[in-house]
Amino acid sequence: MQKKLNDKDIELLIGSLLRWGVLLSMVVVIIGGSIYLYRHGHDISHYDTFTGQPDFTRQLKAIFEGVINIRGRAIIQFGIILLIATPITRVLLSAISFTIEKDYLYLGISVIVLSIITISMLGGFGG
Amino acid sequence: MSVLLLTIIILLGAYAAGLVGSLTGLGGGVVIIPLLTLVLHVDIHYAIGASLVSVIATSSGSAAAYVKEGITNMRLGMFLEIATTTGAITGAIIAKYLPVNYIAILFGSVLIFSAIMSLRKKAERVEQYKSKLAQKLKLNSSYPSGDTIVTYGVNNVAGGFITMIFAGIMSGLLGIGSGALKVVAMDGIMGIPFKVSTTTSNFMIGVTAAASAVVYLHRGYIDPGLAMPVVIGVILGAFTGSKILVHAQSKKLRYFFAVIVTFLAVQMIYKGINGDL
Repeated sequence: MQKKLNDKDIELLIGSLLRWGVLLSMVVVIIGGSIYLYRHGHDISHYDTFTGQPDFTRQLKAIFEGVINIRGRAIIQFGIILLIATPITRVLLSAISFTIEKDYLYLGISVIVLSIITISMLGGFGG
Repeated sequence: MSVLLLTIIILLGAYAAGLVGSLTGLGGGVVIIPLLTLVLHVDIHYAIGASLVSVIATSSGSAAAYVKEGITNMRLGMFLEIATTTGAITGAIIAKYLPVNYIAILFGSVLIFSAIMSLRKKAERVEQYKSKLAQKLKLNSSYPSGDTIVTYGVNNVAGGFITMIFAGIMSGLLGIGSGALKVVAMDGIMGIPFKVSTTTSNFMIGVTAAASAVVYLHRGYIDPGLAMPVVIGVILGAFTGSKILVHAQSKKLRYFFAVIVTFLAVQMIYKGINGDL
């Protein structure tokens, strides 16, 4: 027996994905934040001039290495990446569900949105 | 100022932003950016990065509930996201070259516009006319209202699409959700019921912001020390807000909030013109 996937199921699934994505990233940020404050809580902050960030808080590979080495700020950034990934995963999930529904027009539209985000990631606009 | 003290101040401010934001419909960014720049003298680039992160958190958090209720028009959202994500990346690229004082003046103007929009009377009108393009794109839909199902048509797809590109540019440029602009595109131009417009706008904001956040992360605008209290505060505030949502009081609160936002906006524009930001 094949159960037909309908819009309602997808709505429930996407709703759960969004909620759990946000909660998970918040937990990771809290863990990283605790470590960061424990180590640097008494440092003096300097945000009045923009200097950019050290590599380990802005490059994916360096962030992962920082997480393994239990660096607080890297763990916070990992949580932020999970947060950014949540809506992007939502688009991916919609693409899959449109495929199951055989709605190829909207599969195409989802793929276009995903491509735009991928271009943003790989396009080197950050430099 | 010590990192610990700064973290506590931002945490409290972000909590208030999330709380008031979820009660009034104005996004967290309109509070976060003035708090960081005007009160705490944080460079506006860091403020934009932190604000974008808060925008993604509030959008995803509240969209979860709306999507489950079935009010959000997901096909419409997906289609218009082509426009908003393209705009968001364009905005993030422009932000690098636009002088800080222009960004401040632009931000102040969008703030005032958002405040006015949040006070607008929300008359629910339902358009039945369906344009050819809307039919082809399967944008016409329905939503539950009480015990009945309300069906509605969508028109002027091209006009809405172009406005969405503009909304996306503002989002990427200023680190805000530009929900007010998205709602204008949908209910003002495309004739979509207000309830559907606001929830679908909320649904789209997360993806729009994520598109430019990727650029900002790589560029080093997203500082973990600032983003941490912002994310935690905003999520907890929005969560509290959704629990205590009282409709009778939210109207007064909206007026109060609109006045504060306008005050901040004027200050932002003034400092932008003076060049001391």
